[in-house]
This record gives sequence, C-alpha cells and structure tokens, in this order.
Amino acid sequence: MQSAAASYVSLDALKSNRNALAEPVEAPAHAGCGTSGGEGKASCGTSDGPDDMPADVWNKVKNHPCYSEEAHHHYARMHVAVAPACNIQCNYCNRKYDCSNESRPGVVSQKLTPEQAVKKVVAVASEIPQMTVLGIAGPGDSLASPKKTFETFRMLQEQAPDIKLCLSTNGLALPGLVDEICKYNIDHVTITINMVDPEVGAKIYPWIFWDHRRVTGVEAATILHQQQMLGLEMLTARGVLTKINSVLIPGINDEHLIEVNREVKKRGAFLHNIMPLISEAEHGTVFGLTGQRGPTAQELKAVQDACMGGANLMRHCRQCRADAVGLLGEDRSEEFTLDKIEEMEVVYDLDRRRSYQDRVEAERQAQHAAKVEALAATQDAGAADGIKVLVAVATTGGGRVNQHFGHADEFQIFEVSAGEALFVGHRRVDLFCQGGYGEDEKLPSIVTAINDCHAVLVSKIGACPRDELKTAGIEPVDNYVDEFIEKAALSWFADYTGRVARGETVHVARGDASIRQGAFTAAA
Amino acid sequence: MSLKIIADLCTGCSACEPECPNEAISEKKNIFIIDPDKCTECEGDYDTSQCVAVCPVDHCILPLAA
Ligand code: SF4
Ligand code: SF4
Ligand code: SF4
Repeated sequence: MQSAAASYVSLDALKSNRNALAEPVEAPAHAGCGTSGGEGKASCGTSDGPDDMPADVWNKVKNHPCYSEEAHHHYARMHVAVAPACNIQCNYCNRKYDCSNESRPGVVSQKLTPEQAVKKVVAVASEIPQMTVLGIAGPGDSLASPKKTFETFRMLQEQAPDIKLCLSTNGLALPGLVDEICKYNIDHVTITINMVDPEVGAKIYPWIFWDHRRVTGVEAATILHQQQMLGLEMLTARGVLTKINSVLIPGINDEHLIEVNREVKKRGAFLHNIMPLISEAEHGTVFGLTGQRGPTAQELKAVQDACMGGANLMRHCRQCRADAVGLLGEDRSEEFTLDKIEEMEVVYDLDRRRSYQDRVEAERQAQHAAKVEALAATQDAGAADGIKVLVAVATTGGGRVNQHFGHADEFQIFEVSAGEALFVGHRRVDLFCQGGYGEDEKLPSIVTAINDCHAVLVSKIGACPRDELKTAGIEPVDNYVDEFIEKAALSWFADYTGRVARGETVHVARGDASIRQGAFTAAA
Repeated sequence: MSLKIIADLCTGCSACEPECPNEAISEKKNIFIIDPDKCTECEGDYDTSQCVAVCPVDHCILPLAA
C-alpha cells in the first residue's frame, strides 16, 4: 500500500484538459512508454503530449467519449449488462433497477450472458464505426460478478481487439482483482467514491457483504473506504487510468467531496466526476423515501468549482443509460435488441473501422484548429468589468451553435467573462418541440433548467418561446448561427457588456436552476 | 431444514448463487430457487445464512415452512 503511493501520474500535467480549448491537436506516437509496464508512467515525458498531457494518457483517452469533451461528439461507447449482482447496498439504489452509480435511477437494462453480450457488441461495432469503448458497469457491480465480467472482456478482446475496455465498480472487491484487470488490458476503471470518512459513509451505505457476513454502520463504511483507497493506489501503480465518480448528496457529503477530491487526487486519479443525486420517491430508494433531495444546479457547480485544480474535473458526464448505443446522448438501443441481433449476419471489418476513425481524427483536428483561430480574433472584444455570466447553447455537435431551440433535449452551459468562455456542463431538458410544433406546457421546465443563464444561443427559435424566455429574463440569441460556440458566446458577451456600459441594459444576477430529475427516463 | 426464496420478491440479481457453500441455489426463469435437499442453512460452514446476508431484498429468503 505504501510503496504503491510512490508512482503517481503527474496530475499537474493533466490539469490543462479542463478547458475544451486546451484540448489537443496532435497525439505523437509514443514508443517507449508501455501502458502495462508497471512503473512506465514515471519515465514518460510530460511535455510531448498535447498541452502538457502525457502522450500515453492522451492516447488512452482521446477516443473515449466519457473522458474527452471533444471525443464524445465523434465517438460512442456502450455498456452491456452482464453483472447483475452487487456486494453492497447504497441508499440511493433500488436493486430492482440498474446500479445508480453509472446509469440514471429507474432504468432497467436487459440482462445478457457473456456470449450474448459479446455478440451484441460485435454487431453494434460493425454497424457503428464510432463505437470504440465497451464498458461493464452492472446492472449491479461489475466486480461482484467477476467471472461474467472478465469472460466478456476475454471473448471481446479476441473478436474485436480494437475496442477499448472499461469497467465501473464500487471498489469493495477491487484490490483482489487488480491482477485480473491488468491481464485483460483494461485501461479505464471507474470507482464510485462518495466519502473518505466512514462516519459520512455510514449515512450512505447501510451495509456491505464482506468476509461471509453482512457488515453494517461505520464498520462497513470503514472497510469499503479502505478497499477503495487500496484499489485506487494499486491501479495507479500499475498504470491503469482511474476515474472517480462521486454522487453529491446535499447535507451528507457536499462539503466533504472537496476532501474526497483531495484524497483521490493524491492517489493518482485521472478524472473526478461529481454528479448530482437523483432522488424521487417512485424510485423506491431509501433516499427517495426519506425525501433526501438532490442538489440544484448552482449547488452542484459550487462543489465542482471548489474542486477545480484537484483531480481533473469532468463536467460533461450525462449519467447516460448504461446500455445506450450510439453517440452519447442519442439512444439507438431499439435497433439492437437481442432478437434482432440473433438474426444479424455480423462481419467485423477492422479495416473499415480504422479508416473511419482516421477520417474522424483528421476532421476533429481541422475543427480544433479552426476554433482556435476563430477565438483568437475575438479575444479582446469585450470590456471587462468583472461580469461573469452563464449562457446555454443548443448544439448538435461540431462545437458550433447549430440547433433549433425546439429540438434541443439538452443544453451546453458555458461560463463567460471577458476573454474566456469555459464549458461547465450539460443540462438535460424535455424536448420542447415534438413533431414539429412547440408544446407550451414544456417551456417552464426548460426555463427552470437554465434559469441561472443570462442568454440561450440557438440557431432558430419560435416566437412563443422567445417571448416566454424574455419574460423569464433569459435572452434568446439567434444571430450567431453556425459560429463556434466560444466565439459566439464571447461575441454575445461583448455586445451584452456594451449594452450594460451604455445603460441600455441593467445587469442583474440570475437565480438558481434545477437539475431535471429523470428527464428522458420516459423516452428510454 | 432449508430456506426458500420468495419468487415475487427475487430480482434475479444472482448475488446469492455463488455464495452458497452447498451449491443449493440455481437459476430458473430469471429468478433463483433453493434446492431444499441441498440447503443446510449454512450450518457447519458459516455463522449466518450466506444467501440471506447478501440478498438486497428484505424478507426475500425465509425458512421453508415445515
Ligand atoms: S453499487 Fe450500484 S448496484 Fe450496488 S447498491 Fe450501490 S448503486 Fe446499487
Ligand atoms: S442458507 Fe446457506 S446453504 Fe442454504 S441456500 Fe442459503 S447459502 Fe445455501
Ligand atoms: S440475492 Fe436475493 S434477489 Fe438476488 S437472486 Fe438471490 S434471492 Fe433473488
């Protein structure tokens, strides 16, 4: 345990990834740094990767839709539900559904045997060349059913060697399985860590199953905590990338997550993703029944801000459905049900997949270069005055303002001040426009979801929602169509501060916004 | 002596299956059942019934009414 602590990944070198613009232009081939070579990381240069990210780390994450803000517009991941069992109980989980750590509560995915899962993955990957990451996250804990999890990985590695593998776990069984993980060359592991203080843990975990008995209370949380820290240290020592998920539970671990951030950073975690508790009585969870509420958007942002500079914070996690297929956020599961897969003739064409991925890579780099250029021209446009506001953006990808307000099922949120537009997160909303016309009753929910924003940038917006947004104090903006988001946001900001300076507009602070509980679950 | 799984409550999560020292638990139509001839209520192996300790659903596994 102690010796493991000696070989951290250089976290300072990873920090710059937070800003989307700091993201990489080129990933130089890096021969001398094996990912499985024990202490390999320490000898890796940190300056030859893009923007100070070590090249081997960048190589691991550049096509990973969960890790790279730019990648998730171009690449996709899927999860297969092969691991239904769990070895602990969380108060935000109702075990009738999938593990709440990785999927949104209230979701049930189709249970698969390892054979069925591999067939499904190969079928999907043949159809969708963007599919580059396969994860096992449940529906229980991937390491509580280690046989099923590793059998799936083993078969998949044989049949589709280019697909990256990752798994998610609560960490209880992790230390004993690190050797196994390294055997299958799984280079991404997500651990859900909600506390580093067993007193806090006892409020989140009623019991664990450990050493042939059910352990409760502080004793249970102590064991879980020790296993999580040990597992994290062991993975870091072996050069396996680790992402930490934390569920923000107001009144229980909100402040405490800053300490969690510090501890996981110290142990080499690559990313720390703080996500909101989603809690509703109808999910039948302990927290749902006791009325424990989830955080508001500002509460979530406050904790994320306080952790900035800790383990690289990931803000674009959307708590997707565990077995969602296709580009993140876009659910294509229906095309790949078990019956349909059984009938498919599947040919796994590695060359076709490679050429597609090369094309995407070229396009992505061109896009990045264009964005940097566009932004350079905008840098000094706005007068400072220390004003900082949030804007919501409707986009279908490509880093541009290009979506109709009525077609947006989520908005990207940017924090804008003079000379800087920083991506800070996503907000899910219900589709305002279904079947071509706007449903007025849906609008209030959109307003509450982006109520902390001063403006919403869209390609187009109808007259009705335009008026209602204005009434709510949110400025609808449709004159930056197809511009790069950062450029559009900064241009709007320059215009806005100009109006404030001339006294045409009075700058007022916005209120809080609510995180859409279960938006989308109905459609899923 | 034996325990049984209440079919209506079982989620089919399979957590109990590998914990049984007597391989008394098996899957049947997406839920799990205990073979009363094999179940010893873990006597001689563990202090508590393993399946009960790991099962996430309260009162899902009960003594078989004699
Ligand atoms: S780890 Fe996941 S499946 Fe297990 S109790 Fe917690 S939320 Fe539920
Ligand atoms: S009580 Fe023990 S022996 Fe009986 S089914 Fe459960 S685990 Fe097996
Ligand atoms: S642990 Fe409980 S819920 Fe899970 S399969 Fe066994 S009896 Fe069913």
